[in-house]
Amino acid sequence: MRLPTRVLMADLTSRRFTVEDRADLFQYYIGGAGVAISLLNEYCPKGADPLGSDNPIVFAVGPLVGLYPLASKTVAMFKSPLTGNLGESHAGGRSAVAIRSAGYGAIVIRGASASPVYLSIGDKGVQFRDASGIWGIASSVTTGRIIRELETGAGTRTIMRIGGAGERLVRYASVITETYRHFGRLGLGAVFGSKKLKAITISGDHAFEVSDRRLYRETYDDIYRRAVESPVMKKYHDIGTASNIMPLNLQKGLPTMNLKTTTSPEAENISGEKLAENYLGRRVACAHCPVACIHIAALREPYEKEPYFYKTTMIPYDYELIYALGSMLGVFDEKAMLHLIDDVEIWGLDAMSTGVVLSWATEAMEKGLIGQNDTLGLSFKWGDEPTYAKAVEYIVKQPNEFYTALARGVDHASKRYGGEDYALAFGGNEMPGYHTGPVSHVGYLTGSRHSHLDAAGYSIDQAALKDKLPDPKAAAAKLLKEEAWRQILSSLVVCFFARGIYDKDTVAKSLETAGHKVAPEALDDKGMEILREKNRFKEREGFKASELRIPGRVFETASPLGKIDEKYLRESVEEFYRLLYA
Amino acid sequence: MTRLTVVDADRCVGCQLCMFACNRRFGEGGLAKSAIRVRSAGGFERGFVVVACRACPDPPCMKVCPVDALESRKGGGVVLKAGKCIGCHRCAEACPMHAIFWDDEANKPDICVHCGYCVNYCPHEVLAMKEVEQL
Repeated sequence: MRLPTRVLMADLTSRRFTVEDRADLFQYYIGGAGVAISLLNEYCPKGADPLGSDNPIVFAVGPLVGLYPLASKTVAMFKSPLTGNLGESHAGGRSAVAIRSAGYGAIVIRGASASPVYLSIGDKGVQFRDASGIWGIASSVTTGRIIRELETGAGTRTIMRIGGAGERLVRYASVITETYRHFGRLGLGAVFGSKKLKAITISGDHAFEVSDRRLYRETYDDIYRRAVESPVMKKYHDIGTASNIMPLNLQKGLPTMNLKTTTSPEAENISGEKLAENYLGRRVACAHCPVACIHIAALREPYEKEPYFYKTTMIPYDYELIYALGSMLGVFDEKAMLHLIDDVEIWGLDAMSTGVVLSWATEAMEKGLIGQNDTLGLSFKWGDEPTYAKAVEYIVKQPNEFYTALARGVDHASKRYGGEDYALAFGGNEMPGYHTGPVSHVGYLTGSRHSHLDAAGYSIDQAALKDKLPDPKAAAAKLLKEEAWRQILSSLVVCFFARGIYDKDTVAKSLETAGHKVAPEALDDKGMEILREKNRFKEREGFKASELRIPGRVFETASPLGKIDEKYLRESVEEFYRLLYA
Repeated sequence: MTRLTVVDADRCVGCQLCMFACNRRFGEGGLAKSAIRVRSAGGFERGFVVVACRACPDPPCMKVCPVDALESRKGGGVVLKAGKCIGCHRCAEACPMHAIFWDDEANKPDICVHCGYCVNYCPHEVLAMKEVEQL
């Protein structure tokens, strides 16, 4: 069989599974995001409680996975407990190749277990394993270590798991895979937790046929050569995404201290260059990716009370983590920042949401909206990492009303305590680390995930530093075109870092060898259709573009392109949705 | 004769391109028939182990084959005569490196032939083809 069209359906309530051939879906929607949104539409009833047994978890991979370099991602879809509508998150690690090697194109998990469970998935289906002995383990790292010893498949398996944040239903809890990759955004970890699902391990040994062996090898060599020779790929390999810190700080587009400002003289301490020079301990890659963008710091520190006794902690860092847990919180001491990243990783929280929630709390405290009676005695101050670390623990454990509110996200917390003008979320999802100009914000508002990855609005802003800023309507058209195309990439499923390599012809050619014939010019329409499906799901669950809240802070703090005009944003957002359904 | 050599496993990023390359020799995607394997050394934080045939001059796998399906390869290692193989797994059990893998579908061992194809796809200089050096 060529295309990965089998869908594994696992029900946690009845502890049964079935396998269905859904060639119908894969033929039309390719795989990944396209298939995932169809399955979500099919299995998520309207108005489902995101933390109820009705909410399905969908994982989907695509026809290029396991065949071509950089086709390394799995798309997860679910109803988000953070935004109440579309939850979509992508992760690499070994997840994608593992799912396809186990013989599946997608996995749908439904129902909820009465007692803690973990799933062991292979080509013979699902083993429902008792997880009562590992439930309550707060560390996502420890959970991974235990399952690694319990299960087979070393080298090719994926181990997806949650930490304490997922168990405690923090609305922005993540699912961690292979220690350093995440289904980070929009709360998949809480959906796992609500189903008493601690982990999933998947492995298999299937081979994938191609339609034309010679053409396959030729196409492979062409993609491989371009991947290893590309300067963009070199950037991700050398310093990694953290190489963006210095340019953004220089352009004054690096959100700092809850976006009160966009630059800091101390930013160099937490720059990719400094971290590489002093801490970079290892680079690792997702399966089938020559780039190895995953940068891991080795932090060697003494135990305080015992001389000559050291521990070395391996802590992953990326641009968004440095923004959210560094500049946004004024934590410019690199060791302190690495500690905070480590804490957030271990508990299994989304780093971006956590940083934005805490930066709002710090400003709310400055302004007297919250006091130490709310924070259980903590006094939030920019740069005070030990206090933030304690707050992270409280967000997970939710010992009082205040931390319970923080665990629901910054939108919710600011509705309860005030300070909505500087509660930096878009569509309920906390802001990414680019205050580059108006188009980045139009992207956060209109993107189906409210993420910078939806359509890369920041790159349009950055181009406007040298050229002219497009008018609001032209900006909307550009964003829409990019986001529609990204639906194709995330249906294959190719890492967005490889978007320069997988142009339309390359996509069509590689798909053909994978057994999926499609004309290059038909891809645009398909991408747009997938994007519409995603937006229809959002609207079905109550999303209204006209009611999008834009935090006033966005207009107060100048971007590299000057102050942002609210009218520009509103006009562009309106145009985006007009074009989407045109 | 050269053989596949793991020159520096510390440079390995775990991308597994070598594994995919090995499998691609059979004109397929995936990893089912790969005769080289990369796994973490107990979690990604600890780095990677590259498991590959070292082309023993006196191969233990060959000695235990009950049907003489493994023949000595010039320059070390073995060549599988698949027609003779009865799929008994003894060769895989005898390899101290655990470098003989199993093709469940065919019920035959996957054994490195030291062709060097994987080396072409290692972007991080972990693998090379080198002459066998004797101590």
